Amino acid sequence: MIHWNSFSEFLAMGGYGLYVWGSFGVTALIMAIEPIMVARNRKATIARLRRQLRAESRNAAE
Amino acid sequence: MTDRFNLYRYAAPSAFYPLAGAMIPYFAAVAVVFGLAGLWLGMLVAPTDFQQGEGYRIIFIHVPASWMSMFIYLVMAFWAAIGLAFNTRLSGMMAQALAPTGALMAFLSLWTGALWGKPMWGTWWVWDARLTSELILLFLYIGYMALVAAIDDQRRADKAGGLLLLVGVVNIPIIYFSVKWWNTLHQGASVSLTKSPSMASTMLWGMLLMAMCFWMYSIAVALMRVRTIMLERERHTDWVKAELASLGAGGEK
Repeated sequence: MIHWNSFSEFLAMGGYGLYVWGSFGVTALIMAIEPIMVARNRKATIARLRRQLRAESRNAAE
Repeated sequence: MTDRFNLYRYAAPSAFYPLAGAMIPYFAAVAVVFGLAGLWLGMLVAPTDFQQGEGYRIIFIHVPASWMSMFIYLVMAFWAAIGLAFNTRLSGMMAQALAPTGALMAFLSLWTGALWGKPMWGTWWVWDARLTSELILLFLYIGYMALVAAIDDQRRADKAGGLLLLVGVVNIPIIYFSVKWWNTLHQGASVSLTKSPSMASTMLWGMLLMAMCFWMYSIAVALMRVRTIMLERERHTDWVKAELASLGAGGEK
């Protein structure tokens, strides 16, 4: 059922290893980094908006 | 009596925001399941291609990324049309949330295409119709993001960006049909709705599963992004103030 006879054969990809893993590696990297960036941006945005909100309510109270 | 499910209710950001938040884990989980199944079929089970050896396996990300790069653009153009016609708030936010993911998909399409072209054609890049029109798609994404970011008035930014998206949509059929209309180095369509598939069924299913994975991934990331955009743009409304107050100090629930 599994096409490969050994792990090293799988890594070699019939001589196309550089091209295949170069494609899959960059894709995996982007798909790992993009959600992290979005989550970090969300955290930073929430923190900034909360600061602004506090500053506004302080100004309104004075 | 009147509490039947109403889709239009979710056109309001205050209603869409919690719905999107609830849906993100499901889309992410489904993306992982489809991705693992697709990788298992494509990388471990599918046979060697009789022409391209094992190098053809790049198809399992190249085709899904290319499809998503075109599909996301069409969805953005759809939101742009809705926004320009009905002046809805949500549409501009949706388009803005989708753009970076679309740009990354276009980049991945070009990147994997270059890595596929080098061993098969002997070159990383040619200025042929398919490759050039896909590059233009990447520039359209970048242009849209730059344009929207450059205009301070949010409604004007959405309008200008929406117009760019609608004008640029002409590029999508050009990409799709380029391999038919012109003599290109790029091979023809791998999957056709009218012809029976020319690929082995494990290859085809591996590719379709990976396409589903990319699709679900894009939805999950775009929903994550649109929630932040909603907080930012609606910061003066009561529901955002309540939401910000309920979120822990600088943290996520």
